[in-house]
Amino acid sequence: MINTVTILPAAKNDLRSFVEKTSGQKLLRCYQCGKCTAGCPTAYLWDLTPRQVMRAVQLGLKEELMRTHSYWLCVFCQTCSARCPQEIDIAAVMDSLRHLAILEKRAPAEKEVALFHRHFLRLVHRFGKVWEVGLGGLYNLTSGHPLANTSLLPAMFARGKLPLLPHTTHNMEEIRNIFKRAEELERKSAGPETGRKA
Amino acid sequence: MPRVGVFLCHCGTNIAGVVDIPTVAEAVKQFPGVVYVDDNKFSCSEPGQAAIRQSIIDNGLDRVVISACSPRMHEITFRKAVSAAGLNPYLMEIANIREHCSWVHSDNKEAATEKAIELVKMAVAKVSLHQELFRKRISMEKKALVIGGGIAGIQAALDIANAGHQVILVEREPTIGGRMAQLDKTFPTLDCSACILSPKMVDVSQHPNIRLLTYSEVEKVQGFVGNFEVEIRQRARYVNHTTCTGCGICWQKCPEKVPGEFEEGTGQRTSVYIPFPQAVPSKPVIDTVSCRYFKYLDFIDKKMEGKKPPPCRICEKLCPPQAIDWEQKDEIIRETVGAIVVATGFKTFDHSVYGEYGGGRIPDVITSLQLERLMNASGPTLGEVVRPSDGTHPKTVVFLSCVGSRDEAKGRPYCSKICCMYMAKQALMLKEHDPGVQSYIFYIDIRAGGKDFEEFTRRAQEEFGVLYLRGRVSKIYQDDKKLMVCGEDSLIGRPVEIAADMVVLATGVEPSEGAAKVAQTLNISYDTYGFMVEAHPKLRPVETNTDGILVAGACVGPRDIPDSVAHGGAAAAKVIGLLSQDTLTTEPLTAAIDASRCTGCLLCSQICPFQAIDMVPANGKSIAVVNEGLCKGCGLCVAACRSTAPSLKGYTDAQILSEVLALCP
Repeated sequence: MINTVTILPAAKNDLRSFVEKTSGQKLLRCYQCGKCTAGCPTAYLWDLTPRQVMRAVQLGLKEELMRTHSYWLCVFCQTCSARCPQEIDIAAVMDSLRHLAILEKRAPAEKEVALFHRHFLRLVHRFGKVWEVGLGGLYNLTSGHPLANTSLLPAMFARGKLPLLPHTTHNMEEIRNIFKRAEELERKSAGPETGRKA
Repeated sequence: MPRVGVFLCHCGTNIAGVVDIPTVAEAVKQFPGVVYVDDNKFSCSEPGQAAIRQSIIDNGLDRVVISACSPRMHEITFRKAVSAAGLNPYLMEIANIREHCSWVHSDNKEAATEKAIELVKMAVAKVSLHQELFRKRISMEKKALVIGGGIAGIQAALDIANAGHQVILVEREPTIGGRMAQLDKTFPTLDCSACILSPKMVDVSQHPNIRLLTYSEVEKVQGFVGNFEVEIRQRARYVNHTTCTGCGICWQKCPEKVPGEFEEGTGQRTSVYIPFPQAVPSKPVIDTVSCRYFKYLDFIDKKMEGKKPPPCRICEKLCPPQAIDWEQKDEIIRETVGAIVVATGFKTFDHSVYGEYGGGRIPDVITSLQLERLMNASGPTLGEVVRPSDGTHPKTVVFLSCVGSRDEAKGRPYCSKICCMYMAKQALMLKEHDPGVQSYIFYIDIRAGGKDFEEFTRRAQEEFGVLYLRGRVSKIYQDDKKLMVCGEDSLIGRPVEIAADMVVLATGVEPSEGAAKVAQTLNISYDTYGFMVEAHPKLRPVETNTDGILVAGACVGPRDIPDSVAHGGAAAAKVIGLLSQDTLTTEPLTAAIDASRCTGCLLCSQICPFQAIDMVPANGKSIAVVNEGLCKGCGLCVAACRSTAPSLKGYTDAQILSEVLALCP
């Protein structure tokens, strides 16, 4: 059963204003040509294609867009952004949508993707850089797939791609400040209109 | 016995590479009447033509066969060459041994040579029967008629008049200006329509070379290019325009109010009226249907029962120069003109056939032209866009494109071309009028092909927040004070519903009322929808199949203002070219009717696509006579006649038969 969409006036489209504010992109520029979808390497997995995600934002279809897997499956390769004839950074729009989902504490449709991102940031916070072995280990243990991708390990070790110990940045103070500032901005951007649950 | 000379052209290797020219030359010498044969590498070249000229003189030739390329290519060239040698140009015949022979039979040279011989043989047989033919000169009346006073007709009239020729501009309505006068702004520049149109209207009324006939219609057209006899009916206005000063007292005081045509029903006018303040001429007419005095006269005339209507006549009592003239009658004006420009324009599709959109019964479902009037500062609401039902300001407005366009089921499969742009303009203007308005446009495609058009529709979306929804609306229904609009956004693939305050239907373009009748009066073609048909859609876009009759503007098909102006100017250029000649020469290859064989059955006259056959009385019966000014020599009458009365000069039965006999003796 396909539900009828009630179209809201542009002024009441909170979804679009949030995405425009956080991504810096003008969503109304999208004229739905579909070049993003055509070039996307993961779109075959998406339930709404990249073009449809853009359209859903234009129409303000927040609830159903939030439920989709699509924006979680974006690998940020930016092929879409590089090719968009209207010069929209579509990958940034996908990022904004994840941002919104996290702000509103929605259960991510792709839990493991969210988990991966969390571990990634945790490690960057701790060491100032990503630590591949740590990330792989953490992710595999917490995601419940302890043996995922382990067949690749010997080859990667042999080529020196996986240093056992983490590298650190010399100025960790700066990294901490970046994170602090980001958290501050996040709090500020999460106004009442985004419906953030405290 | 005629003395025929045959000239064989090699056309480089085009002909000679396939056809064995010496063999052909040898064979041709044997044909009856041939006294001279020559061949040349390029007969069309200057030395080639000189050789033909010299041979005609030296050998006393009186018939010539040129065996070369298609007559479409060089018939005129060779006629000139023959003529230069002192021979009548119609005593020449072309045997096409290139397109009809060497080019298509390059794989079989022997057979090609044989075919070339036979083609020349036929031409020799035919040319022997050729007669001298002469072109005729017809006079040119240096005056033009322009039918329709919209922007295309205005442009055409001004351009012709500025070139120094007399113009009669005929307009059916009480004022010129047409559709453009009804518009508020024009896309994509947002120029005020009246501001750019009014100066041109005034120019028309003041031009010494233009005779403006408003409230008039062309009733009858006869004749042909250079000499059209035209009858124009000047309808009675019941106001003497010579004495009327246009002071306006009559239309201010007239007590009878009716929906105004110019306002598309959004406002009212009085019975004595000018359609809009900048009307040209700015003098009124009295509408006899609504006028109280005419109703009174009608009541008396028909001896009707009941209450007698008042014999009002307030306008007459108040008119300072006493210009009201109840006795005025329609007047027939006869003119002779050399050329005619048809610019009868368009009207918008009647949306009442769309039951799903309310069929015209929902008051807040209006047409785009009605919205133009509502947005116009001199319109009925002085530029306030309000809902017809309750006078409130709409905040949510939905536009529906393609109402009566791209709709096979409604008999309108074509695109009306202008709607995409005017919807974008109107949606954008609504936001300018009231920033609180949200517009939605349901569209199938956004067709914005034109200078600065795409940028304009993008601007409407990006800057003015007009939301485009791709799909056709399926239903509109009233829900309390809201109009529920149901469609699909085919881009997301979901049905959508909008609670709107007002719906604007972008009604499509169709030919003006009576355009087909005008076409019939002029004997020009029109298509199934009633649009005029051009002589060639690409290469002769303003000409018709009748010489001297041109078409311009939206009577040919949906066109916007710049296109209409361009076509008006183009038609004018063609007229100016015609009128710059003192006389016209006619092609002598026309039909001629043998009066003694004609039974007066009229079949030829009915079948003639150029209306070139008239019936004239002779010896107590009617016989057909060909008007050489109109005849194009198509030969239809020759084929149709049961008593073989018509024959086509240059292609008589005897000539055609001689070719057949030459081939199969």
